[in-house]
Amino acid sequence: MLLEKNKFKAAKIAPQLAWLSALFFTSAGAVEFDISTKLAVEQRYFFKDALYEQQFDHSQVSAFIESELYWSWNDGFDSIVFKPFYRVDSQDDNRQHGDIREFAYVHAADDWELRLGIRKEFWGVTEFQHLVDVINQTDGVEDFDGEDKLGQQMVNLSLVKDWGTVDVFLLPGFRERTFASEQGRLRPSLVVDKDNVTYESSAGQQHLDFAIRWAHSIGDFDIGSYWFHGTNREPVLTPSSTPSKLGEELVLQQHYNQMDQLGVDVQATLGSWLWKFEGIYRKTSDDSFVASQSGFEYSITGVFDSNLDLGLLTEYAWDSRGETDLGNSGATFQNDIFLGARLAFNDAQSSELLVGIGTDLDHSADSFLLEANRRFGDNFKASVDVRLLQSSDRFDSTYTLRDDDHAQVSVEWYF
Amino acid sequence: MLNKKMLMSSLSAIALTLVTNVSLALTPAEQKGLDISTESKKRDLGWQDSTADMLMLLRNKQGQESIREIKIKSLEVDNDGDKSLTIFNKPRDVKGTAFLSFSHPVEADDQWLFLPALKRVKRISSRNKSGPFMGSEFAFEDLSSFEVEKYRYKYLADEEVNGLMTFKVEQFPIDENSGYTRRIAWLDKQEYRIQKVEFYDRKNSLLKTLNFSQYKQYLNKYWRADVQNMVNHQSGKSTELQWSNYQFKTGLKESDFNRNSLKRVR
Repeated sequence: MLLEKNKFKAAKIAPQLAWLSALFFTSAGAVEFDISTKLAVEQRYFFKDALYEQQFDHSQVSAFIESELYWSWNDGFDSIVFKPFYRVDSQDDNRQHGDIREFAYVHAADDWELRLGIRKEFWGVTEFQHLVDVINQTDGVEDFDGEDKLGQQMVNLSLVKDWGTVDVFLLPGFRERTFASEQGRLRPSLVVDKDNVTYESSAGQQHLDFAIRWAHSIGDFDIGSYWFHGTNREPVLTPSSTPSKLGEELVLQQHYNQMDQLGVDVQATLGSWLWKFEGIYRKTSDDSFVASQSGFEYSITGVFDSNLDLGLLTEYAWDSRGETDLGNSGATFQNDIFLGARLAFNDAQSSELLVGIGTDLDHSADSFLLEANRRFGDNFKASVDVRLLQSSDRFDSTYTLRDDDHAQVSVEWYF
Repeated sequence: MLNKKMLMSSLSAIALTLVTNVSLALTPAEQKGLDISTESKKRDLGWQDSTADMLMLLRNKQGQESIREIKIKSLEVDNDGDKSLTIFNKPRDVKGTAFLSFSHPVEADDQWLFLPALKRVKRISSRNKSGPFMGSEFAFEDLSSFEVEKYRYKYLADEEVNGLMTFKVEQFPIDENSGYTRRIAWLDKQEYRIQKVEFYDRKNSLLKTLNFSQYKQYLNKYWRADVQNMVNHQSGKSTELQWSNYQFKTGLKESDFNRNSLKRVR
């Protein structure tokens, strides 16, 4: 009886104790530590001479290091992760940069989780465009697919209910998007100015952004929906003159307005078919619009009587703002179709090949991408990427990149 | 209380299978095959949850090796397939990748993959049962939990394997997406543990042989082999699984098998 009573008491104070120990005494014996690092060297080659005077011509060499330090205790229910990143680049000063991708503390309980610090949060289901993914700023100098993100400060409470998971986000400390420097390729004709950035909110970078998301799996359907209120991650770029060594210089000035955005993402997983939909409604002081990305992925396993898996992808992008032309600042993907094929070799080296094309159905703008990679030994991975861009429509964003076709070879070392 | 409930439900599940099969008028060999498999499953019920470390050694024809280091957490679910969480540690380029699976005896499994570089959770198609797991000689279906409903059975003979008297039972997959026309399994008469399995491909020729060795008993009831060796006769490649740190009834809950835990787990 006495034992029972004590047990009851212990059970009652245990959560508080766990919480305290989580915050203060990380009882040394129980803390697990792990470090892993990725070191990569990349060689890019642009097939054509630069379109703009100050840009470098063909070859760009770059290297980056990313480490992950991880401490956990309380059976992994408490953890701290620290993930610094730094890149050096032979040509583009803006691409030579560092970032803290993650530096966060996570406490997990049975039906809730608290995540504090710098983190990355991904939302969405489609492959060719990530419309609903809105929490982190794009690290634009990393790659032009927009999949690399800057770390975002946040307080995130996640509640797991029978009817789905609700995530609440408080996001202090806005990050400005990164852009190529004057010497860099893959940029518009005018250079984006890193300084003189303006904000709609008087709080500027200190504006506290807010988001709430519900996500649930119901049978074959995975559904998510959210509302975001805060600083628009996409800047409005306006040509303006700025003082320079040679007098006045024309640059693109970044302006970040406030936005409210509703987003929905749905995936239906039906046998070999994945049906995908992403939709957003965004309202800013300038305009409001609706955009969607939808399509499917169909997988064929063991093609040609082999171990190879083939995935066929089709996606369609639509945007209510329409195309950009004289007097209308529209969207890049307003009536665009994307086709892709992914081949997984299922070999010991995990060889993979992805080929994709995108085309604008309203005007001339096409893109082609090829990504191939495989492992060498246990700790190395090599990749080849080819990107071709073409447009004769001077209002399309691809037009300014029309001479930026390139191939990249990279070797990654994991240790 | 919980155990009693579990026993009742498993008994009723067995009763149901028996009733269904009687109505299909099984031959004596089919009935015996089913009875052996049902007994084997029954002896492995009630473990609740488990964790274990798995080392995969992939060997090609030339004898070159590569390794996979994986941690697996499983949860027994009443009247349904198990839930499992698979965490990859090696090769290092996939470290942090995790795989969540809700398996079902007959219906398609629900599966999610967490990709750490993008922090993306992806629901994936579970149709690919016959595909290789991590480039190994094990297909996904070879690693999924054994459920009686997944096969039709036929008892073939009594044979001696690994120095033990065994039942030789033929198993025909119900799922048309299986990569096999049939499997032949040898279960020892003493403990109903699988000692050996032969896999026949879609053309019904012998594809692979799997041998189980170094069985250990946990909690005085559950037998697990420390070593499983799969040899592919057609490619000359092989994969050896080495299991360690088996633990049962560790207190894992449903909440350890959701999208949040998938993103967090190490």
